[in-house]
Amino acid sequence: MEIGFTTAAYVVAAVLFILSLGGLSGQESAKRAVWYGIAGMALAVAATLVGPGAGLWMLSVVLIAAGGIIGYFVAKRVQMTEMPQLVAAMHSLVGLAAVFVGYNAYLELGRVLAMSAEEREALEGFAAILAHKDAVEQTILKVEVFLGVFIGAVTFTGSVIAFGKLAGKVTSKATKLPGGHALNAAAALGSLVLLAMFLNGAGLWTLIAMTLLAFFIGYHLIMGIGGADMPVVVSMLNSYSGWAAAAIGFSLGNDLLIVVGALVGSSGAILSYIMCKAMNRSFISVILGGFGNTAGPAMEIAGEQVAIDVDGVAAALEDADSVIIIPGYGMAVAQAQQNVAELTRRLRAKGKNVRFAIHPVAGRLPGHMNVLLAEAKVPYDIVLEMDEINEDFPETDVAIVIGSNDIVNPAAQEDPNSPIAGMPVLECWKAKQVFVSKRGQGTGYSGIENPLFYKENTRMFYGDAKKSLDDLLTRIQ
Amino acid sequence: MKIGAPKEIIEGENRVAMTPASARDLQKLGYECVIETGAGEKAGFSDATYKEAGVEVVKTAAALFKAADIVAKVRVPTEAEVKRLREGQTLISFFNPGANAALMELAASKGANVIAMEMVPRISRAQKMDALSSMANIAGYRAVIEAGNNFGRFFTGQVTAAGKVPPAKVLVVGAGVAGLAAIGTATSLGAITYAFDVRPEVAEQVESMGAEFVYLDFEEAQADGATTGGYAAPSSPEFREAQLKKFREIAPDMDIVITTALIPNREAPELWTEDMVKSMKPGSVIIDLAAEKGGNCKLTKADERIVTDNGVIIIGYTDFPSRMAAQASTLYSTNIRHMMSDLTPEKDGIVNHNMEDDVIRGATVTHNGAITFPPPPPKVQAIAVQKKEKPKELTAEEKRALEVAAFKAQTRNQVTLLGVGAALMLLAGLYAPASFMQHFIVFVLSVFIGFQVIWNVSHSLHTPLMAVTNAISSIIILGALLQIGSGSTLVIILAALSVFMAAINIFGGFLVTRRMLAMFQKS
Repeated sequence: MEIGFTTAAYVVAAVLFILSLGGLSGQESAKRAVWYGIAGMALAVAATLVGPGAGLWMLSVVLIAAGGIIGYFVAKRVQMTEMPQLVAAMHSLVGLAAVFVGYNAYLELGRVLAMSAEEREALEGFAAILAHKDAVEQTILKVEVFLGVFIGAVTFTGSVIAFGKLAGKVTSKATKLPGGHALNAAAALGSLVLLAMFLNGAGLWTLIAMTLLAFFIGYHLIMGIGGADMPVVVSMLNSYSGWAAAAIGFSLGNDLLIVVGALVGSSGAILSYIMCKAMNRSFISVILGGFGNTAGPAMEIAGEQVAIDVDGVAAALEDADSVIIIPGYGMAVAQAQQNVAELTRRLRAKGKNVRFAIHPVAGRLPGHMNVLLAEAKVPYDIVLEMDEINEDFPETDVAIVIGSNDIVNPAAQEDPNSPIAGMPVLECWKAKQVFVSKRGQGTGYSGIENPLFYKENTRMFYGDAKKSLDDLLTRIQ
Repeated sequence: MKIGAPKEIIEGENRVAMTPASARDLQKLGYECVIETGAGEKAGFSDATYKEAGVEVVKTAAALFKAADIVAKVRVPTEAEVKRLREGQTLISFFNPGANAALMELAASKGANVIAMEMVPRISRAQKMDALSSMANIAGYRAVIEAGNNFGRFFTGQVTAAGKVPPAKVLVVGAGVAGLAAIGTATSLGAITYAFDVRPEVAEQVESMGAEFVYLDFEEAQADGATTGGYAAPSSPEFREAQLKKFREIAPDMDIVITTALIPNREAPELWTEDMVKSMKPGSVIIDLAAEKGGNCKLTKADERIVTDNGVIIIGYTDFPSRMAAQASTLYSTNIRHMMSDLTPEKDGIVNHNMEDDVIRGATVTHNGAITFPPPPPKVQAIAVQKKEKPKELTAEEKRALEVAAFKAQTRNQVTLLGVGAALMLLAGLYAPASFMQHFIVFVLSVFIGFQVIWNVSHSLHTPLMAVTNAISSIIILGALLQIGSGSTLVIILAALSVFMAAINIFGGFLVTRRMLAMFQKS
């Protein structure tokens, strides 16, 4: 086929991808949007396969089919609570693919340059593009390859570590090697030096050395970030995988790769920004790990945590007209979403107004809670964002906090010295009564005391969230 | 140690400070109990029931004061009673220490420790011994019952075969404990209830009891209850005027008015003036719970029921709790029992008069021969300080100015960004070859589109967004597909691996997104 046809197909695919992302603005249009994405991808792949420069298409088709089967099973089997891991794992694949494609571009360039003029004329496809590059363009190509490989490599190890942390295979604590971020900086600097050498023709080994350094940066950077900051990390890696694709697109001179890479990259960047904003922390402080220093001693908390048993909670729920449930990562860990949904159904059947309040950073992935609740068949129109529901707490009879901590911490508003001061939080303590389902008396991930637990209208409902809700369901018919 | 309750001396006082039930609980704390014969008679507790509960019954008050190490009473003791106290003895009773300096000195000179029940601080921990509240609750309830007794009509509206009965309209002034109890009782009897209080923060409580809060058209920040221990503070003359004006307006409509407005250590404020009484319908009832402190209505005569010339009944009884002696004794004796359990942390029947304890310290007016009234302010605040009101409304000009400033700042930002971006672009264009610039423009525009599109994505769909971006970032497969036809084996292998991985991602990403989206359903 002609190159014109391929380009035309790419334009259509790009439009489809943009529509696909745009369609996610609403739950109903999203169902259509995903088909746009699929169509775009199918078109792009098909056009490339039949277009100029593609060889071994049988092999390609077989490989795609094989990968497709694996992807199909993964998608079928994955639990919704495991979504964060899955997303991280997929990012690592994109990262590694970017590294390989980058290497290939360099290897091809070497091969093409080694050819005689006649042979070059006989080339087609990618190699032909390479063959027509002049010296400046080759230098730019090298920079692009280098950049693509670097970002891809950081994405790869970073995603692997993020996967490990989310799946509980690697400690979710923030751990750093001695030297901390100085090591990362040194590795980045080393990569820069290697880039200079690479451009001066030092050969393949500089590329390989840089890849190793980038692997290290990805590993070490993510190791240094704690579990609760994972929403930012995952969306950041999402962004990186996009930028990697874009960089590779430059080196291959493929506009579709550039367009899609840029879309994905900016999407991830915006998600990271939203997450950071929801934690009232700068992107840098999240990535560099740990909470900032506080300005003074934390406010003292007066009072005590008062426990309540299941009968007390059941009685209060029977009396309540309006209930707001605030789920957090603890609900995902305890796999309690089905019980929460069942509780919601029963309370709604009694004519009570039950709604959910979702903090943007609840869980380990942007929108994590929404997906879990959707899986448990909680209708999405009672699942509300923080800004939509925060003002309703004073008119609410009962607020139930299930496995969340920092996102309902009143210290963010009341204590200017708190490490999370200024972070937007769900003001559940304004409800007439608050129940906190929590495993024990400890502090959350951030180690910050939560004055909510000591408030006069708060009762602690200790125990594993799923178990507690099971008990509660036996009391509420 | 022994704890005893004498018969109340004051005429018409039916309550008693110890009931058989509270005696049983006191015995669990390690005390022996003793009571004067006939002390519980008027409250419906016979000597026999006390004996059954293991209480020793003595013949005279003198004998009781002699036998008991702790004396529990209801009413402020008379001089004669105080004279009977001895060193080391503890008296727990209402004492009115603010107006009873002489009696307090007498008790101190006797060396007795006096705990005044009205001095129990208003903090959460001490609610269980807050006798003022428990008595006020009864007074509020009884006030409505008393009003009903004197009011010639139903409380609730009815449509009967014999005609339509309008519901009674009840106004409760002062929404303290008594006021709230009155509101609850009146609404449950079916009356249309209105309530007023100078503390605006109680409006919510009033409404929660089913009454309508009477708001004033008045712009002044009232001191909120938190600064005065939850009690009302005197109001400014202007506020008072606004309040009286409102009352005058609604007075003709009201069938029953229950006034409960008291300010600690002051005469009751006059809230229901003579002209308001005159404007009321014949047969209307006013219950003045502040009668003991002079009354919220100046026509009120303490302890009397009077009928005005226009047929309005004004009741100034001061003994509402005593009129429900059984209930009042039960609650009061429980308050006493809680006080005792705080005084006996070891449950060993020995009083540990711990002056470090906020509650005990606050209620103690004489201790070891010294007068300890008034107490220092409690360490714990009674009620959490109310959040200050939201920042004051901005005027239109200020708003406009802010908007203009914000707009300018935004414009400046955008122009700067655009300027810097354009400069960089031009700079790149000077050096980079045309082929690069072509791609670069595509890149910049795509980033731009990406930003515009992604901001609209709903928060709840962020996870599907990540999955779908994940899937489409596998577009990198195109690169691999183009390379797989290479002549070099190494390139082919790497490209093949890339195709394989990207394919997993494409299928996995799209399918999982579809799965997720299919789960989102409307109710």
